[in-house]
Amino acid sequence: MFLGPSLAVSAVLFAIGTAGVLLRRNAIVIFMCVELMLNAVNLTFVAFAQRLGVSGQIFVFFVMAVAAAEAAVGLAIIIAVYRHKETVDLQHINLLKG
Amino acid sequence: MTGSPLALVWLVPALPLLGFVLNGALALGGIRVKRLVSVIGVGSLLASFAVAVVVVRALAQAHAEAPVVFHYWDWIPVGTLQVGYALQVDPLSAVMMLIVTGVGALIHIFSVGYMHEDAGYARYFAYLNLFVFFMLTLVLGANFPVTFVGWEGVGLCSYLLIGFWFSEKVNADAGKKAFIMNRIGDFGFLVAMFLIWQHTGSLDYTTVFAKAPTALVAGGGVVTAITLFLFLGCTGKSAQIPLYTWLPDAMAGPTPVSALIHAATMVTAGVFLVARSNVLFALAPTAQAVVAGVGALTALFAATIALKQWDIKRVLAYSTISQLGYMFLGVGTGAMAAGIFHLATHAFFKALLFLGSGSVIHAMHHAYHATRSHEDAQDMRNMGGLRRTLPWTAALMWIATLAIAGIPPFSGFFSKDEILGAAFARGTVQPGWYLFWGFGLVAALLTAFYMTRLMLYTFHGPNRTGPQEEVHLHEAPWVMTGPLVVLGALSLAGGLLNLPELVGGHAWLERWLEPVTGAGAALSAAPVLSHTTEWMLIAIAVAIGLAGIIGAVRLLDLTALVPARSAAAETGLGRVLWKKWYVDELYDAVIVRPVAWLSRVVLWRVVDVGVVDGAGVNGAAGLSRILGWLASRLQTGELGFYAIVFVVGVVAVLVKALR
Repeated sequence: MFLGPSLAVSAVLFAIGTAGVLLRRNAIVIFMCVELMLNAVNLTFVAFAQRLGVSGQIFVFFVMAVAAAEAAVGLAIIIAVYRHKETVDLQHINLLKG
Repeated sequence: MTGSPLALVWLVPALPLLGFVLNGALALGGIRVKRLVSVIGVGSLLASFAVAVVVVRALAQAHAEAPVVFHYWDWIPVGTLQVGYALQVDPLSAVMMLIVTGVGALIHIFSVGYMHEDAGYARYFAYLNLFVFFMLTLVLGANFPVTFVGWEGVGLCSYLLIGFWFSEKVNADAGKKAFIMNRIGDFGFLVAMFLIWQHTGSLDYTTVFAKAPTALVAGGGVVTAITLFLFLGCTGKSAQIPLYTWLPDAMAGPTPVSALIHAATMVTAGVFLVARSNVLFALAPTAQAVVAGVGALTALFAATIALKQWDIKRVLAYSTISQLGYMFLGVGTGAMAAGIFHLATHAFFKALLFLGSGSVIHAMHHAYHATRSHEDAQDMRNMGGLRRTLPWTAALMWIATLAIAGIPPFSGFFSKDEILGAAFARGTVQPGWYLFWGFGLVAALLTAFYMTRLMLYTFHGPNRTGPQEEVHLHEAPWVMTGPLVVLGALSLAGGLLNLPELVGGHAWLERWLEPVTGAGAALSAAPVLSHTTEWMLIAIAVAIGLAGIIGAVRLLDLTALVPARSAAAETGLGRVLWKKWYVDELYDAVIVRPVAWLSRVVLWRVVDVGVVDGAGVNGAAGLSRILGWLASRLQTGELGFYAIVFVVGVVAVLVKALR
């Protein structure tokens, strides 16, 4: 039920997320785009779970848990970087550049 | 067979090897105990000779038709190529073994006196023992590779001993020349071995010679190529045209070395190899003609050069080349026994001549040393009248001279006559051999002439050494004259080895060698001469020999000769002969210089500097630097760029996977 539309929405969300990661410079926006990509995948899992069994839905919980942990760590890093450099623009965070 | 004394054969080469190890250790350790060195050096040879006698006696009693092969270990087991380290006792190797150890022992004894004051005494005996070991490996080897090891080993020892006094560049150069010339010949030997293995599937003498008549087409291209390549090896080792020029230069080594290596044993290895491979040569008439022709031509050519040399050892060196030519004429004609017979008698009388000349040089050197003169101790123009001070040497060298000149009943007469007779007999079937016989005959005339010249200039007429020096001339000690006496007896009586049936003998050596030469002889039967013809040939040979001696006595004016320092330069043909037909100069212009030019200009400046260094080494470095720079452009340090590359990669993988 609604498999096709669900997957289409998921694909659109994922593409938007990817484009955001590649094109935006603000670390927080990039972070949100990564979350968007994760949720696009979650949507796919749920859509397929109706047909292939409940394990897809279980997996979504795992992804949510990991995403929450990642959000905590990621935001903490961003705050630490901001305190240090007074910016979250990735253009200026290039200490590792050779 | 293990209980038989034949099994002792491994001791024959092992004892000189032990001598080499011990003397080599003494030389390296810098331990200067001459008495110990002499005992080891001479003792190992005498013991080896004794064992050889025991082995040969056992062989004579065994009456073995087939060679007795002792396989010691697998040496090269590669696929179908199975080469073992194996020694073979048969009549041919027995004769060679006795010559090498017997004459070798005498020359070792002589060396004790000759080299007594040399600083490199232990090194000298170590090399000499090593040489004997390799020479015995050569003659006793049961397959081509083992013989080849000996072949290379004697070449190495020859190099080491020619350049024994290496502190003088001339001597070191002579050693290098000998080594390089021999390499050219060794290449031929190697190619011949490859061909033999390709066409018979084996390298063992017994197998190859048994298979050869069926596996190889008689007179065909393959067997002709094999034998000609083998003969190329022989021309290098045995100093035949075109690779003979190293031997006269090899006289730079100590005189006993010239006697042992460059007269009696090593240079006869080529004759031995042809006799050993007589089955192959019998299958290739073209190669036989080449061997006999080259031999006859060399005999004549070298004899002409010997006519005008002043250095006593150089005369003997060219004489050796000439006599080796006779041996090749013999074995090329198919008269293997005659060739080996001449090899044996030549070993006796030429070793005697060289050791005699060593005794003369020893005396001359002492005389000049006593007065601190820098005259040439080897130039015959500085000698003369030495028979008064060196009576033993003079008398014994006259025996050898009569032997080499082919005067009956000395040993050289029988062996040389047999070779010339065989060549003449072959001429009745193939007229080309009449020419070779003619060459041999003229060479015999020249031989008698130049040897008499050498004797007259050295031992007769007035003395030209110098008034102060003359009183210092003296006969060598017994340790040097003793071996000369033994060799003199052998030169005198050596003919008994193979007394022809014509004069009531039993052709003992020929019968003894029958098991070896029989297979080849069966493939090409030798024509038989009538007794009248044989007597006529003998008469001609003796007349020629006498004519040479009498001619030399009549033509040479001993009183007109002046010492080397005040002698005028030669002119005309004499100069050409003195300059050795300018062959060294010709080789220098045609081969050495072009090769040197090619090496310097093309190979060094273009190939090495340009191609190898430029394009190869530096080119590879430059290429990797460029590639590295290109790859480093990808590492921008921009996170966004990496992410794009990553996504593009993922998309590419997905596209590829889903299609």
